[in-house]
Amino acid sequence: MAVSSAPLALRSLEYWTYQYRRTWRGSIVSTVLFPVLFLASMGLGLGSLVDSSASRGVDGLPYLVFLAPALLAATAMQTAVTESTYPVMASIKWVKTYHAMLATPLGVLDVLVGHLLYIAARVLLGSVVFLAVMTVFGAVRSPLALLTLPAAVLTGMAFATPVFAFAASRDSEEGFAALFRFVVTPLFLFGGVFFPIEQLPPLLEQLAYATPLWHGVALSRGLALGTATAGGVVLHVAYLSAWIVVGGWLAARAFLRRLAV
Amino acid sequence: MPETPTEPLVLARGLTKRFGDFTAVDGIDVEVRRGEAFGFLGPNGAGKSSTMRMIGCVSPATGGTLRVLGMDPARDGPRIRARLGVVPQEDSLDLELTVRENLLVYGRYFGLPRPVIRERAAQLLDFVQLTDRADSKVEPLSGGMKRRLTIARSLISEPELLLLDEPTTGLDPQARHVLWDRLFRLKQQGVTLILTTHYMDEAEQLCDRLVVMDKARIVAEGSPQELIASHSSREVVEVRFPPDEQEAMASKLADLAERVEVLPDRVLLYVEDGDAVAGAVHERGLHPIGVLVRRSTLEDVFLRLTGRTLVD
Repeated sequence: MAVSSAPLALRSLEYWTYQYRRTWRGSIVSTVLFPVLFLASMGLGLGSLVDSSASRGVDGLPYLVFLAPALLAATAMQTAVTESTYPVMASIKWVKTYHAMLATPLGVLDVLVGHLLYIAARVLLGSVVFLAVMTVFGAVRSPLALLTLPAAVLTGMAFATPVFAFAASRDSEEGFAALFRFVVTPLFLFGGVFFPIEQLPPLLEQLAYATPLWHGVALSRGLALGTATAGGVVLHVAYLSAWIVVGGWLAARAFLRRLAV
Repeated sequence: MPETPTEPLVLARGLTKRFGDFTAVDGIDVEVRRGEAFGFLGPNGAGKSSTMRMIGCVSPATGGTLRVLGMDPARDGPRIRARLGVVPQEDSLDLELTVRENLLVYGRYFGLPRPVIRERAAQLLDFVQLTDRADSKVEPLSGGMKRRLTIARSLISEPELLLLDEPTTGLDPQARHVLWDRLFRLKQQGVTLILTTHYMDEAEQLCDRLVVMDKARIVAEGSPQELIASHSSREVVEVRFPPDEQEAMASKLADLAERVEVLPDRVLLYVEDGDAVAGAVHERGLHPIGVLVRRSTLEDVFLRLTGRTLVD
């Protein structure tokens, strides 16, 4: 009997892609609509005020151009966190997808890595759509903007990995609303997406520098505008990677504690 | 090391599972041979499921040794699981996918090529009588259908050893009998079955050999007949008296039986010759409301070994 020699994690990834093929219609509308609505209302609507004010845009850029790549990174964060909360809990407790997988040759780490790879693919897909919408809005200024795609995946995974650890160590979904309310939404609003964090009070500005979202936003913006410096890119990539490594380690520990008992 | 033909499929010695201070499985010895149907019987919390999860290589043993298919779960988990079929206590089907898709997805976990899975899925759906529901979603299926689908799913990799954790709990009598019928056929095809249950009729129907577990330990072992022979009498006489008279009457009958048990509505006499004892009850001038002579069952053994007190 021919048995595929593909790494076991890919078998878990295959399940998630299969399940996405069944359900993508529900999410594709919001995947397209979200950037359209935000770029139209904030980028063009609010942007017309910003661009005609004394500041003449932000750092000499039209507001739409300033906003769009940052919103791409922030959307990656939101997709990643959403996909890392309820689906993880469901796979442990409600649908027990992980348990079904673990009765087969797949091990706990295969299950974890396969699901994380799916999140990465999901973030990438959403980012491709976002970038296409950005282009239509005329918010792309450099071919380097294509590099915002890996940047978005990196940003998404910097959130997905620790959130996997969080979700896998919870007994109920109650913490998820708090995660969105007290982490995701404040980051979205104050993480440098809508205005430069230099506008924040000094203490909050320091705090914003420490968040992975700000690094994702700065990386994405630098690449899309073609203003990125090598040192800046290395710093942001290294910082986001550090979150992924530590988050991945925490997720592996949480998964083993929860599933290999 | 691969198993030799004579080696048991499952061999446990002093197998132990602890969760913190709580001991779920306390040093049990088990041997399951190829081709037999082996049962773990016991009340809730006796340690059956923990044992099954260790055999299924998803839960690491805390102590003792365990060999499954001649291999060590701690080292060869994936290789062992590739040859096991598992029917978990709680269904883990994907409710959003169709019946057939559940089989396809699951077969891929074993790395089977899609055409092979499709062919087997068709045969298995036929086997569990779900062919006409192949393309409907799982969500609206009845409990019995879901259970049958879970069994079909566990067979997609053509396992040598099938682990069933309470396969018929919560099903109606018809659904249970259909499942028993399918499991019996699997056994005839040479699949080794290990199941847990707290239904005595299920154990008597399906198991060649079984162990009774209570409070994390094995308290008895043998075929259903052996267990009845060694832990109960051949027959039981159930004598009913008016309410509140059972205790008083029981003392007048005590010498007739090997063992007497008093229940709120009747007295149980464990005896070799039920008819003779029933006659003796009448000869003593007692006037029971009813007398029933029956053979000892596994349930008598079970209740004797694990008690009538509710375990939660």
